[in-house]
Amino acid sequence: MADSSTTISQTPAAQVSYVSARHPGFKYIITRALIYLILISGALFIFIPLAWTLSTSLKTEAQTLAYPPTWIPNPIQWRNYPDALTARPFDRYYMNTFIITILSVIGQVLSSSLVAYGFARFRFPGRNLLFMVVLSTLMIPFHLLIIPRFILFRYLGWLDTLLPLIVPNFFGGAFSIFLMRQYFQTIPLELDEAAKIDGANPWQTFWQILLPLAKPALGAVAVFEFMEAWQDFLGPLIYLSSDRNYTVSVGLAAFRNDYFTAWHLYMAAAAVAMVVPLIVFFLAQRYFISGVALTGSGGSKG
Amino acid sequence: MTATAAPRRSQFKLSTFRQEALYGYLFISPWVIGFTIFALGPLLALIYLSFTRWDLVGSPSWVGLRNYSRLMSDELFWQAMKVTVVYGLGRVPLGIIVALGAALLLNQKVKFVGLWRVIYYMPVVLPPVAVSLVWMWIYNPRYGVLNGFIRQVLGQEGPRWLDDPMLVLPSLMVMAIWVAAGRNMIIYLSGLQGISQDLYDASSIDGADSWRQFWQITLPLLTPIIFFNLITGMIDTFKLFTQAYVMTQGGPRNASLFITYYLYQKAFQQFQMGYASALALVLFVVIMVLTVVVFRWSRAWVYYESEVVGGGN
Repeated sequence: MADSSTTISQTPAAQVSYVSARHPGFKYIITRALIYLILISGALFIFIPLAWTLSTSLKTEAQTLAYPPTWIPNPIQWRNYPDALTARPFDRYYMNTFIITILSVIGQVLSSSLVAYGFARFRFPGRNLLFMVVLSTLMIPFHLLIIPRFILFRYLGWLDTLLPLIVPNFFGGAFSIFLMRQYFQTIPLELDEAAKIDGANPWQTFWQILLPLAKPALGAVAVFEFMEAWQDFLGPLIYLSSDRNYTVSVGLAAFRNDYFTAWHLYMAAAAVAMVVPLIVFFLAQRYFISGVALTGSGGSKG
Repeated sequence: MTATAAPRRSQFKLSTFRQEALYGYLFISPWVIGFTIFALGPLLALIYLSFTRWDLVGSPSWVGLRNYSRLMSDELFWQAMKVTVVYGLGRVPLGIIVALGAALLLNQKVKFVGLWRVIYYMPVVLPPVAVSLVWMWIYNPRYGVLNGFIRQVLGQEGPRWLDDPMLVLPSLMVMAIWVAAGRNMIIYLSGLQGISQDLYDASSIDGADSWRQFWQITLPLLTPIIFFNLITGMIDTFKLFTQAYVMTQGGPRNASLFITYYLYQKAFQQFQMGYASALALVLFVVIMVLTVVVFRWSRAWVYYESEVVGGGN
């Protein structure tokens, strides 16, 4: 590939003809064209549903039922957005979702890095066995425990509060622990030893030396947990029962059950629900990508 | 850990070992406590509940193995298993091929690599409920954009995607590819970029063409990632819930009755906690057995670079 690219840079495109079909430049151009064609088709496949959402969200109800479907709304009905977002108390839903998400991120970052530090830097009996258990919780779908967890939270009186969705995150998550431990292991042990010689205790070493160095991994844990909490549906659906405690996802599903043909309003509400994670993604995409590179697992939590 | 041969060393070392262990346990204690409360305890409770009958009112009454025998003759349970397995058998390999293909493309020298990655990753971050709504609207038989397109190009009515028992699972698979292909692509891409160029250079000297290089270098070195995708895809299939709840409610005629949705129905709509617990426990066992089988099987085809470098197979 490197050879053909140097060749092509010296070959004006006009000279490429059928005669020179054996010329590496010809093959190169065809390959390039194919690659970009496929890349653009893929991007269109991604964008069309989003464009269709946006288009519908600005139509009148009559226009959503137009035959055949049209892409450009006429007239553009901005009113759908306020209408959709006030048809149900979406302001409450967003507030609840923000509270859950932010506290979950804080809990997950703090607890998982503590646990990962324990696994990465200290030797103790049973360490490998316990770490195997951490990994196995990644492999085993613990969402099957929704029934006993529901009963536990009912017993604690936490049902229809945000607590079941927040508190468990303060006890570490398998994926975050795994990711942080991987990262800590790339930090030279000499730093810890130097800190120890300077009289730092393990807590100080963790807090003042390792944690500041682990910012890329912390960022990755934070963005993955953000998405996890923001996207969660089954948990809020089961634990929350009154409208004022709903999250955006549960509210959106309930909204859809209210009417059946208000597609212009659903699409407006869906578009708003998509904007927040998209903004976070664009601001923090390097943490996503680095998190993927760190673990080779792309945030698929068990 | 430098060797210092002082007589007091062993005593000193013992105490630091103990201290080290103490700190270790202290730091991992949040996870140990959380695991006990939110996973181990519930698992034991699930086992107990699976032998009882309970509608959340009063206390559970012991019924022995009745839930399990009922499960074995429950047609809906078998239907849900079938739906889940068929979906997984289609979705997982398809997802691997699409993501790997996209990664191979983006591993070429392509302009705006960062931009393409961002575009393809984007759907992964969107809330599943919103995505489900969007795809319901795309698949809408009469007013959706897909059938509008079919009408314009082919001049005839398109199928009723989500209302057709034959088409509902393929429709959901396409949507799943739309969501997850980007994430998996990035994983493959980071794997591809970790493959040393030396291997390709050496094989070029030996006369291998790019096709041969793909089969003998690229693919074997990606097998750990393919394996990872296989496992996570399998688990995601068993977890699939939101799409079933929002888009199809298990229909039409139970053609999309995913197992987690069936579990939800039994537990939280019909309040048959004991029966649903038995269902969850059977699933636990099935998934664990499957995972072990896939791990065993993986030894036959997953190569780890350390083995390759070490020269042994």
